[in-house]
Amino acid sequence: MGSFLNTDRPPVFCPGCAHERVTSALDETFQQMELEASEIVIVSDIGCSGLFDTFFNTHAFHGLHGRALTYATGLKLARPELTVIVTMGDGGLGIGGAHVLSACRRNVDLTLMVLNNFNYGMTGGQFSATTPSDAKVGSSFLNQLEMPIDACRVAASAGAGWVMRASIYEKHVADQLTAAIRYPGFSMIDLWGVCPGRYTKQNNLTPKSLRAIMDGLPSADGPVPENQRKEYGKHYAEIAAGLKPQGPPPQIEARQNAPDHGKNGISILGSAGQRIITAGEILCLAGMSAGLHATQKNDYPITVLRGHSVSELLLSDTTIGYTGIEQPAVVIAIADEGVARRKSMIDRLDENCLVIKATDVDVPASRAQVHEIDFKAWKIKSQDRALASLAVLAGLDRIISADMLRAAISFRFKDAIAASALVLMDNVAGHLAA
Amino acid sequence: MGLSFLEGNEAIAHGAVAAGCNFFAGYPITPATTVYNTMLSLLPPSGGVCLQGEDEIASMGFCLGASMAGKKVLTATSGPGISLYSEQISFAIGSEIPVVIVDVQRLGPSTGSATRGADGDVQFLQWGSSGGLPVIVLAPADVRDCYLLTVHAFNLAEKFRCPVFLASNKEIAMTKESIDLSAIPLPDIVERQPAGPNQPFRPFASENNHSAPPFLPIGGDTLVRQTSSTHGTDGYITIDPAVIESMQQRLDQKLMAHVDALTFYDTDIQEGADTLVITYGVTSRSAVDAVASLRSEGKAASLLVLKTLWPVPEAVIRQLAAPVSRVVVTEMNMGLYLREIERLLPDKTIGFMGHMSGKLVTPHEIREVVTNG
Repeated sequence: MGSFLNTDRPPVFCPGCAHERVTSALDETFQQMELEASEIVIVSDIGCSGLFDTFFNTHAFHGLHGRALTYATGLKLARPELTVIVTMGDGGLGIGGAHVLSACRRNVDLTLMVLNNFNYGMTGGQFSATTPSDAKVGSSFLNQLEMPIDACRVAASAGAGWVMRASIYEKHVADQLTAAIRYPGFSMIDLWGVCPGRYTKQNNLTPKSLRAIMDGLPSADGPVPENQRKEYGKHYAEIAAGLKPQGPPPQIEARQNAPDHGKNGISILGSAGQRIITAGEILCLAGMSAGLHATQKNDYPITVLRGHSVSELLLSDTTIGYTGIEQPAVVIAIADEGVARRKSMIDRLDENCLVIKATDVDVPASRAQVHEIDFKAWKIKSQDRALASLAVLAGLDRIISADMLRAAISFRFKDAIAASALVLMDNVAGHLAA
Repeated sequence: MGLSFLEGNEAIAHGAVAAGCNFFAGYPITPATTVYNTMLSLLPPSGGVCLQGEDEIASMGFCLGASMAGKKVLTATSGPGISLYSEQISFAIGSEIPVVIVDVQRLGPSTGSATRGADGDVQFLQWGSSGGLPVIVLAPADVRDCYLLTVHAFNLAEKFRCPVFLASNKEIAMTKESIDLSAIPLPDIVERQPAGPNQPFRPFASENNHSAPPFLPIGGDTLVRQTSSTHGTDGYITIDPAVIESMQQRLDQKLMAHVDALTFYDTDIQEGADTLVITYGVTSRSAVDAVASLRSEGKAASLLVLKTLWPVPEAVIRQLAAPVSRVVVTEMNMGLYLREIERLLPDKTIGFMGHMSGKLVTPHEIREVVTNG
């Protein structure tokens, strides 16, 4: 297998740049792995490490600063057979930190090469996430105020399965890269080198001094035993294979006849836990069982099981335009929280409106007709009030019929729940008859 | 006849799958989350990929990578997420990466109101990315549009190799409606044009100066280059002014020369009417009611409902406004698209109804402006 170096556009480096050695080592790696060029995609970040996609005749993807791992993740999950290699500097490590942590946690089979030269070379030698606090850099004194991070310790603690710290000036870099790429999960190699164009103009850093610093750090030699686990894409495929495909959305057949015509608005005013939204849906389904058009809007706070819950429904035998309710035909008031939320609407109610209210709920006076229900006397629990109110509506043959409500319940609920809802309906019908 | 009961977000997900979408990535955000939830129930069991990114930037990055590998990709967010997508959107524009982006608009600015609707992003979607090139923005009005326009959005993204936005609204996205999806006639599905066998492959070489380049996926037998840098047809960075200008002009003309092909709208023209109501999105539903009620009182009014907001369908707007002396623009903001209408129709009297209150513009409010100015 020959070199994949792009001879049409020979790489150009500052004299003594570590990236020239990285380029040779990566080319040697491809040769020793016997990969085809079309099996490889190099995803490059921004800065000098962002030139790597142009150095090789492989697939290439060059994008935004710090985001290389995000493209690499999409590419790998779309084409799991690809060998995906990300080149990123210590600048990308900093700005893309959230993506680095997530790539470590996620364990998609990518290889991240951090070309760590301790500064932003391309923009003038400013400090990066790995610049020592005592270095002289293009950011004046600001690097003295921040701690550098050890990319390897960060990656290992974030869950990376394979992490190595290596010097580009030492032997076996191609072997180390081969091991990183062969690792069947996320691997990161923190590859140290110097930036003669910027960093070593003011800081004395040699292969020997780099080695001395590395020897003072915890080792990072490849596999991280505690982080070994399934590769993300394979694991995803394994779980997805056991999932049942979803069919098209279920449809309720229009077989019933609606007792009312025109466009009717219904407001259900309750509190969290009263199954207001489910009741709203049931009412719409009841309408749809008679071929009516239906819309449902809900209003509830971000908390669960606390506060108001309001559902606003429209049923109409013509297409519904505006989905607000200017003058409801029916208001179902079963908790004070919901009533408080729609006080201004209640003030406007006219004499054609029917208010179905619980005896223990205060509804401000209006011109509407009021039908009061003593849910406690009927031994109906709070969470059943909304559905019971629909049964009252059906019992009065207003907007929906009993058959429409039964059709909706049978469509929406399965077995035991449907059965208990139908029992509740009969219970309400019995009380109404009495 | 059977009816399903779906919210706009669910209809978008079903539309995406009908269009051949096989990759979704997103980050949860009200009121867009149920697009993600629905894609999560639809894609994995059928061999598709659905991912939750660590943030919006990552989610868009996943989509762009997957699109370049040949997938048909969807993402969904709201205003705060569009802000974070911005840099990736300009990448998709400049480097011709197909992606459908749902913006379920909520009341802004900033984090604003998560559960209140508005159409406050309609200029932001066009102008909220660097470079100033045109984008396609479609605006659904209801659940039916959410399904149908999503299919169109994928077709346009594939045909023109660009991001296509669906400017939805909390009031459509989270409102459930009765709908029979199977009764909605869908357009034929468009796939991006593959490059022919003539080698070497130049990833940004198009057949003319107003179309998208033929596509090959990253990962196939032919080597493919993608880059966010200003590039020539070979996909390498360039500083040649002639090459740069030709590429920029093609990116502009590949949409602007085809405005007719990407313009969707509905009209209800009344003979002799002197007022044209121009609207889009959820407000168009109130406008339909307002016009119907005006006519029931014997007053004449015509209606134009735009389903494509960008590029602005200038010819359609000018033509339909020609017979009237007065135009009323109504939208769920304080006059964002109004600017385009004022620009196009300097000789007309222009009325406006819109607000940012979290409440829908009502038919009554529109009727008042049409009747009393």
